[in-house]
Amino acid sequence: MTATQQYCTFFLDGSLFGVTVAQVQEVIRFQEMTRVPLAPSVVEGMINLRGQIVTAIDLRRRMELPPRAEGQLPLNVVVRTKDGTVSLLVDEIGDVIEVSESTFEKPPETLRGEMRATIRGVHKLENRLLHLLDVEVVCQAVVPA
Amino acid sequence: MDDIVKDFLIESNENLDRLDHELVQLEADPGSKELLASIFRTIHTIKGSCGFLGFARLEKVAHAGENLLSRLRDGQLVLTAERTSGLLATVDAVRRMLAEIQASEQDGENDYPELLETLKRLQAAEPGAPLPAPSPSPEKPKQEAAPLIPKDPPAPAAGKAASAEPAPPSPSPQPNPPAAEAASSRFRPSPGKLGGLLVERGQVTAEDLATALGHQESGDQRRVGEILVALGVCGQEDVQAAQQILETRGREAGVETVRVGVNLLDKLMNLVGELVLTRNQLLQFASSTGDTGFHTISQRMNLIASELQEEVMRTRMQPIGNIWNKFPRTVRDLALACGKEVHIEMEGRETELDRTIIEAIKDPLTHLVRNSIDHGIEPPAERVRAGKPSGGVLTMRAFHEGGQVNIEIADDGAGLNLQRIRAKAIERGLISAQQAGQMPEREIFNLIFLPGFSTAEKVTNVSGRGVGMDVVRTNLEKIGGAVDLQSVAGKGTTVRIKIPLTLAIIPALIVRCNGERFAIPQISLTELVRLESGKGIEMVHGAPVYRLRGQLLPLVYLNRILEAGAAAGPQPPGAGHHAEHLDFASAREKHARWLERLKDMLDGKATITVDEAGSARDCALGRWIYGEALREYGDRGEVRLLEQTHQQFHQLVREIVIAKVDGFEQRAREIFGGIEPLTRKIVELLTAVENKRTIELQNVNVVVLQADSHAFGVVVDDILDTEEIVVKPLGKQLKGISIYSGATIMGDGRVALILDVMGLAQRAYVMAAAKESSLADKTRAAAADRQTAEQQTWLLVQAGPSGRVALPLSVVARLEDLPVSAIEHAGPQEVLQYRGQVIPLIRLSDFLGCPPDAAGVSAGDRMHVVVYREAGRNIGLIVDRIVDIVEEHTQIENLKPREGVTGTCVIQQRTTDLLDVPTIVRAAHPGLFDAKAAGAEP
Repeated sequence: MTATQQYCTFFLDGSLFGVTVAQVQEVIRFQEMTRVPLAPSVVEGMINLRGQIVTAIDLRRRMELPPRAEGQLPLNVVVRTKDGTVSLLVDEIGDVIEVSESTFEKPPETLRGEMRATIRGVHKLENRLLHLLDVEVVCQAVVPA
Repeated sequence: MDDIVKDFLIESNENLDRLDHELVQLEADPGSKELLASIFRTIHTIKGSCGFLGFARLEKVAHAGENLLSRLRDGQLVLTAERTSGLLATVDAVRRMLAEIQASEQDGENDYPELLETLKRLQAAEPGAPLPAPSPSPEKPKQEAAPLIPKDPPAPAAGKAASAEPAPPSPSPQPNPPAAEAASSRFRPSPGKLGGLLVERGQVTAEDLATALGHQESGDQRRVGEILVALGVCGQEDVQAAQQILETRGREAGVETVRVGVNLLDKLMNLVGELVLTRNQLLQFASSTGDTGFHTISQRMNLIASELQEEVMRTRMQPIGNIWNKFPRTVRDLALACGKEVHIEMEGRETELDRTIIEAIKDPLTHLVRNSIDHGIEPPAERVRAGKPSGGVLTMRAFHEGGQVNIEIADDGAGLNLQRIRAKAIERGLISAQQAGQMPEREIFNLIFLPGFSTAEKVTNVSGRGVGMDVVRTNLEKIGGAVDLQSVAGKGTTVRIKIPLTLAIIPALIVRCNGERFAIPQISLTELVRLESGKGIEMVHGAPVYRLRGQLLPLVYLNRILEAGAAAGPQPPGAGHHAEHLDFASAREKHARWLERLKDMLDGKATITVDEAGSARDCALGRWIYGEALREYGDRGEVRLLEQTHQQFHQLVREIVIAKVDGFEQRAREIFGGIEPLTRKIVELLTAVENKRTIELQNVNVVVLQADSHAFGVVVDDILDTEEIVVKPLGKQLKGISIYSGATIMGDGRVALILDVMGLAQRAYVMAAAKESSLADKTRAAAADRQTAEQQTWLLVQAGPSGRVALPLSVVARLEDLPVSAIEHAGPQEVLQYRGQVIPLIRLSDFLGCPPDAAGVSAGDRMHVVVYREAGRNIGLIVDRIVDIVEEHTQIENLKPREGVTGTCVIQQRTTDLLDVPTIVRAAHPGLFDAKAAGAEP
């Protein structure tokens, strides 16, 4: 019996991504955001999460994916990181799935850019790949403009 | 870590802080039995607890300290400075061991053999002292320790007159059973005990009590009260009354405090903040419904929430005494180390501050105290020579004033040495000798807050390393505080600190810019100025300025700062960025054109695909509406209506195209009938919105701010309101942006950023500096090409009766109207104190060789000064009169080259000399711009 892990999954530009369930605090629908001028471009804005101010990072921009279609509202996946709570903006939310370690593989060598830096690896699911997101890297490597 | 160990650590650390304080007090008042007993109890408690918890090393050290204390308490030893030091060293050792326990749950490897040795030596009685009692062996401390074991028989300590009553958890047993005959001499009544209270109330005499205690010691099992009654020295009812008082006191002490984690309080604070926001929404809702019952309830809720907020705020407040407690100890140690006598006095210990601020001022205060002792207070001999008492007094004072907390640290020492500071400042190149000569005393004193300044002749281990005062100032400014220093030679020095009450909730001005709201802390705000249609904004070198009561106030456009250098070139004042975002005319035209395109399509003259039909969000107007218009002006009916109409319009366009493409010609034509009124409405609404905006954009709102010592104006789109805001930290990803100091949540639940005024000023300055350098290039280019006509703004001034001259406004930093009496002399040179600088003055009429205008400078007691600035230096040009500021295409003629004149031109139909200010300045003060003069000037 191989070990299994539970992932909260979501979609970005048609691909499936996952974050360990334990890291996810909650998923909330799109909220009006306060833009932060001069902030790094990946920072979409700030939201008020029951009195706590949470920075929202647009994952598409962070991972160098094409921008979301006009009018498509992202969802907030609120994650807990070393440096506090951060909201990740994703296209759509998927299921919580359980995968076994045996399907895991390191990111392919040919993968380049931010995508490679932010992905810990992929799980080969039956009909698609699940990209495992390294939340700490995603939230950390944001250098202020 | 075990809860019990944790509790032990917290409690012990608190006790140690008190010990420091008490020991120093004790030194001042060695006779105080109360203090000794209290100190003894504390050490004893620690010793007992660690015996119980198994920290043998800690126990040993505490025990050794306790031994010394017990002999002091019994009067067998006299408290000397050396003994106090020994005891303080014990406290330090205990503190270190506690820290180790905190870190590793072990009491460390250090046995402190030297300390134990010292303590043992200190225990030896000095000659002539009372006979030493047999010293208890440190090997068997556990016997008398263990305050947690109630069966341990309470020793008949005299200080615990009522110890025959049910044993309290921490009695102070005597390690060395005293001889009975010593009882009366050892006795000190404690008001905390029955016997002591009776004595205090005058119901029994101390001697009677001692007798009663003597009975107890010789085996009488009865309580002190009973013995006293039996002895007939007081009545049963006296004893009962006293007992009641004791019980009440005990109960009161018990409920006074509950220990609560700080993070719990913070969380509570957060929740209350949320509650307040929800309450605001509720109130808004209640006022919109007509239900009076609901209204009443929400009003009550309002009151309760406000009160709750206030109370929760108070839980975060702490008396400043909490951090002052350690100062008596610091002062004592430092004074000893420096060979001085210093007595500390404190006023206003109960003054309350937010705990975050308390933390932040701890280090600066310590530094100031160190400085006062090391540099301020003189050695005793010197003091006596100066006719002062040999011991210096350091006074710490705290009080509330105007919503701020003032803290003063004053010493009665020698005061600052003005000459030495001045010399040092010149030596370090912080000011020039000339400046120094003219600086007011107070400013010179405050020079010591500059980085790298230290006048200490020798570097001691206490202070004098030259980093310090500037750190003090920086740290205080970080929390919105200010520091000022006053000193009188021979009388002493006072440092006054002003800090806000709390950092958590601050009054702020809410402004709007680029559709977002921003909060500006009220503390740096000086005034608000509204310029009707942007009048009064002038350009100096492309940098917008406004003449605020005759002073040039640099203006910073917040929207441009926020757009990160996107706008580099000068922009006409008043023109916001909005105009770029939506071209109203083209939006009107485009929507009108849709009508024709659709018609053509229906008539078969053109085809439109479904994709081309687009959506309300795709077109430029849509993007503007959903982008900034709704955010910014959404509360206006017109914009809302525009949004709805626009959406309907595109919906219909789409339907028509789809119907047509799918072959439902008839249906398409039907729908087309409804689109024309919509188009008309859109055009109308666009015009209405545009007109309103233009009016608003013409008015310029300026928020005048003070950063450091510079004032500058921030131009914002709108000034909304002042509000008390709750400051919340920014996420780590945003910490690096210097113009924000935090964020807050507004009444509607949205987040607003808090602007950091210092950061804003710096950012604006950086931008301005970049601009300046590029402009400097331009100026040089222009100078090389002087003969060409150029549009320039000139300042016309009168110098001498016939001397009407012009100078480019771009070289003018300020125009000042000053009293003639402000002129001072530095040698032969006329100078002026100007914004903390000493600036040289040039009389323009003298320079140009014309006598001053009789009606001008000589007549009145005021003069006009044109301040010219170059390379960070200001130079004042005295002119007779400021005539005008004109903007003209000037044809410059070079008639006859003269020094200081670049040419002549016609301004306002009069021939006017154009001044070359840099040359004039260099001619008048050859040394001023040495490097530059050598390089650039011919």
